[in-house]
Amino acid sequence: MRKIEVPVLPVLNNVLGLSNDTILAMLERMLLIRSTEEHIAQGVLDHRIDTPCHLYIGQEADAVGVCWALRDTDYVFSTHRSHGHFLAKGGSIDRLFAEIYCRETGCSGGRGGSMHLCDPEIGLLGSSSIVAGCLGIGLGPAFRSKLMGEDNVSVIFHGDCVPEEGVWHESLNFAAVNRLPVIYVCENNLYAASAALADRRVDDNIFEVAAAHGLHTEIVDGNDVFAVHKAAAEAVQRARNGEGPQYIETRTYRWLGHVGPFDNIKEGLRDINELNYWKERCPIKNLEKKVLREGVMTENELESLHRQIRERVDAAEAKAIAAPRPAPETLLQNLYSREV
Amino acid sequence: MGDRVITYGDAINEGHRIALRNNPECFVIGQGVNNPWFVGRTTTGLMDEFGPGRIMDSPVSEAAMTGACIGAAMAGMKPIVFHPRMDFMYLALDQIVNHCASWNYMFNGRVHVPVVIRGIVNRGGEQGAQHSQSPFGVYANIPGLKVVAPATARDAKGLLIAAVNDPDPVIYIDDRWLYGVEDDVPVGSYETPIGKANVLREGSDVTIVAASFMVQEAMKAAKTLDAEGISCEVIDLRTIKPVDMETVNRSVAKTGKAVVSIAEWGFASVAASVVKGIYDGCFGALKAPVRMVTLPDCPAPASHSLEAAYYIYAKDIEKAVKTLD
Repeated sequence: MRKIEVPVLPVLNNVLGLSNDTILAMLERMLLIRSTEEHIAQGVLDHRIDTPCHLYIGQEADAVGVCWALRDTDYVFSTHRSHGHFLAKGGSIDRLFAEIYCRETGCSGGRGGSMHLCDPEIGLLGSSSIVAGCLGIGLGPAFRSKLMGEDNVSVIFHGDCVPEEGVWHESLNFAAVNRLPVIYVCENNLYAASAALADRRVDDNIFEVAAAHGLHTEIVDGNDVFAVHKAAAEAVQRARNGEGPQYIETRTYRWLGHVGPFDNIKEGLRDINELNYWKERCPIKNLEKKVLREGVMTENELESLHRQIRERVDAAEAKAIAAPRPAPETLLQNLYSREV
Repeated sequence: MGDRVITYGDAINEGHRIALRNNPECFVIGQGVNNPWFVGRTTTGLMDEFGPGRIMDSPVSEAAMTGACIGAAMAGMKPIVFHPRMDFMYLALDQIVNHCASWNYMFNGRVHVPVVIRGIVNRGGEQGAQHSQSPFGVYANIPGLKVVAPATARDAKGLLIAAVNDPDPVIYIDDRWLYGVEDDVPVGSYETPIGKANVLREGSDVTIVAASFMVQEAMKAAKTLDAEGISCEVIDLRTIKPVDMETVNRSVAKTGKAVVSIAEWGFASVAASVVKGIYDGCFGALKAPVRMVTLPDCPAPASHSLEAAYYIYAKDIEKAVKTLD
């Protein structure tokens, strides 16, 4: 199998000339996602959380880089690994934690759990744990935009196993032939559960197959929030302009196993050197180095930001734990929106 | 707003036109939208009235096409997506079952899915196992879906309009064997209520409960049996999920005997669930075991000689009614 080398810059480059405020806001959101996932990992270890949690640590630049290119009215569909997308699009951390704890105050009322987050008010119409599930439904809002003359785009986040599913091909062709404003974001973290990319494809060519379906396609360093954001902003602009569907493959890595709080190294599912290589390329550490070096913030300010975020996440988790679980007598509620 | 006699197929066409005129969010997509060999006359001429922006042919991609309509509904549209043969609709089952049906519940009522997924039953003519299925029970088994199956021209139009206006996903199943059936159909807009069965013929000796094509066969059987001195009440379920057991049981409580006939495989079927509902609702009133008239438990065959043994008609209902004494 060919090994595609994604251009990796030694120093993150603010290619779009984002303001310091924007950069700090992006860093803050990435830290919020990291801290949330660390809290959840601890909650699972302590047996406070039962719902299967697929953690996003290591991939924060993807969700934030993409969502920073979106409006509230743009649509997003997510996967079983949905916490980062939910927070990046602007979802409430209180409602996220309440859902992870399966409380009635959760964003899905405790009926969804970790893999099924939604917030229609910010365009997140849902997350599916069927790995290619949103490849079909994610076309829908783009269809709406096209038919109603609106310029909102629909973003479909998915993992690198999804191009192995038939509906991926159906979806890309359908979007291309109808010139739908869809942005596909393939977060290629090199593994489908424990199966490596090389065991699942004859070639490292996801982005090339997407291009063959007629999509404008880019592959970027998924640990560089500026690179991801630039690719997303340009793709969104093209889609809004009526240039049809766009495909972005980000090359990244999840630090933990497919599900749960462990890295799966001692089980032999991944190699410690590989993990360490990617930890060196931490999307947050590298961004922090840059903002410190360029004087956007001081060490003290950064430390204080870390503390504030930790406190915010502590508070959200405590609130969730204190909230009630949904009452058993509500079991059949909301099966339909209009009862017969 | 007078009634006039039109066919079931033309009534479906009118239902589309009214839904499209009344709802700017409504659009129609499916394979062969202009092709009479795919859809009869049910969508003929829609492209001329509403344009290619709202009436669309589709790539041969059942999952993507159906998913796109489900997702469009989540974003506030009211799509009608059709499958010219229900056999091919299985390719979209993940989108329908895992996503469409569960979404309202899984997200606690925050994201509604007002989509209409239309499956056309198209059997006989030596088409064989993969062009002949009518799997009512597959969809009726799924919580979160509503499933309708009109048997008359009036309801074919009224249920389609009701389905488009309904805030939940509706599986609308029509049958090409009914496309030529004629009855009185109002000219303008009206809804046949979802979830309500219809007593099509009153009688005192036996209740025949049927859906879709078998309703017409039940009416023929009732006529024949009437001449032989057996008075049959015929109930057209119209909606098969949620099924209107109240209307069924009101009738069975009166007659004390029932035959349930739906052209589907009988095991784990809609018919079986209706029988169970009768036992639950009026066991004490029954004078005989309830009979089911459903398809034999095998795939649809091709050869006419085997088709004759496979499909069920009025005479099969008549036979079942006569075993009740």
